[in-house]
Amino acid sequence: MHKYLSFFRLSFMQGLQYRTAALAGMVTQFAWGFLEIMVFQAFFQAEPGAFPMTISATASYIWMQQAFLALFATWMMDNGIFDAIARGNISYSLCRPIRIYNMWFSQSAAARVSRAVLRCFPILIVAAILPKPYGIAKPASAWHFGLFLITLILGLLVTVAFSMFVYVSTFFTLSPQGVRIVFTSMADFFAGAIIPLPFFPPKWQMVLELLPFASMQNVPLRIYSGSMTGAETERAVVLQIIWLAVLVLLGSGLCRAAEKKATIQGG
Amino acid sequence: MLLKRKGAVRLYGHYLSINVRSAMQYKTSFFLTALGQFLVSFNVFLGIYFMFRRFQSVGGFTYSEVLLCFSVVLLEFSLAEMLARGFDLFPEMVRTGSFDQVLVRPRNEILQVLGSKFELTRIGRMLQAVVMFCYGVSQCGVEWNFLKITAVIFMLIGGCAVFSGLFLIHAALCFFTLEGLEFMNILTDGAREYGKYPVSIYGKKTLLVTTFLIPYALIQYYPLLYILDRDSSLFLVFVPLLAVWFLLPSYALWRFGVRHYQSSGS
Repeated sequence: MHKYLSFFRLSFMQGLQYRTAALAGMVTQFAWGFLEIMVFQAFFQAEPGAFPMTISATASYIWMQQAFLALFATWMMDNGIFDAIARGNISYSLCRPIRIYNMWFSQSAAARVSRAVLRCFPILIVAAILPKPYGIAKPASAWHFGLFLITLILGLLVTVAFSMFVYVSTFFTLSPQGVRIVFTSMADFFAGAIIPLPFFPPKWQMVLELLPFASMQNVPLRIYSGSMTGAETERAVVLQIIWLAVLVLLGSGLCRAAEKKATIQGG
Repeated sequence: MLLKRKGAVRLYGHYLSINVRSAMQYKTSFFLTALGQFLVSFNVFLGIYFMFRRFQSVGGFTYSEVLLCFSVVLLEFSLAEMLARGFDLFPEMVRTGSFDQVLVRPRNEILQVLGSKFELTRIGRMLQAVVMFCYGVSQCGVEWNFLKITAVIFMLIGGCAVFSGLFLIHAALCFFTLEGLEFMNILTDGAREYGKYPVSIYGKKTLLVTTFLIPYALIQYYPLLYILDRDSSLFLVFVPLLAVWFLLPSYALWRFGVRHYQSSGS
């Protein structure tokens, strides 16, 4: 365990070095957040009755999504891992007394956390200052906030466990691009990154909420904005834990099988 | 002059064939990435589709009207992307100093930068754009006549010019910053993403900015008003062509950048 915590710490410190990139990313996310809110606002004005969340909850959802984008965006992956497999540098790691899966898991979790830490605060602060329906509302209670933090971490772990499949698949395909883009575009849509899940038709929403994708950003963002309550919340948290266990078990099994068959591509 | 232009076209074709052949070395990856590009923009369509399952209209535009808007903007963007996305790799060229090579060759530097890389996988997005366009045009319920078709063609020309201009600006800024500026993506990818709805839904101020500063509204909102019979003034048909002027300041910035280029690599 200690080894993997060190990997986490190293990658985290490394990630904190990219401050200019973080600044540029922040500007983009501000613009994205504003435009997104304007779109939902326009739909709200056209038909307030059909709106499944309050406009203020939608704004909170969108700002939280932008602030913590790095935690949940499946398309943000660690190119170093793909390179290690394609170029053969993985052979060094294979010689060490470590589990590749655990190492990559801690590294990519750390990379996501470091990016999010650099970006989230300015976005959160500005969004908190914005006038009422357009900014971030306060969480409903301390209990909600605590639950938000727990599900945020669980959501991050599910996202990382999911992206591990894309990394491991590189052992078989060597060029990650195709698998990566197919997986991530699917995940983005079903996770509620394009439109939040409550905006889907009820039947769709019912099915989508059971899928692992809903255990990523959907749960923490909706708990914070208050659009998920009571029994719904409990079920969502349990599902998050189940999916995390399933994805990690399957992923590490697949990884071990891949390691045994791995061909080193030079190095 | 004519001979020179013919040579340029031939060179461009040559660049294209080199890029096609190199992409075909990785066939599986090529097709999967193209499929991925297809899916990514399909996501945007699904987003619109599901929003309109719930809502009747937005800002006075119905589903089929938004669909027409979305598909035209997507096609404008894809055309520009096919043509001018070579600028995408330009930051890399400046940083590594390979732009020096370009400058010493007796050919137009823009042509060489464009030819350095064609993102052939964008063919997925292009395909998606064409499919969406056909679907949008057939679903929008517009009674097409000569002027309306002309308006659409002008939109495509103007839109291609505006997006190409933005790519050019993005590249030109690298002369001064030595790295790609992510915020420019707001103006290109962001415009594609949010241009799916007529700009008027973003409020009066946005409409003003997109009319006079970066002319998105000229290639999207105004001609759509004519096509959708909201406004019958003939002037609107030709408005998209005004957007072509946007290329002038973009090109001027590029020239300015080239003149001030200081090599950074070895």
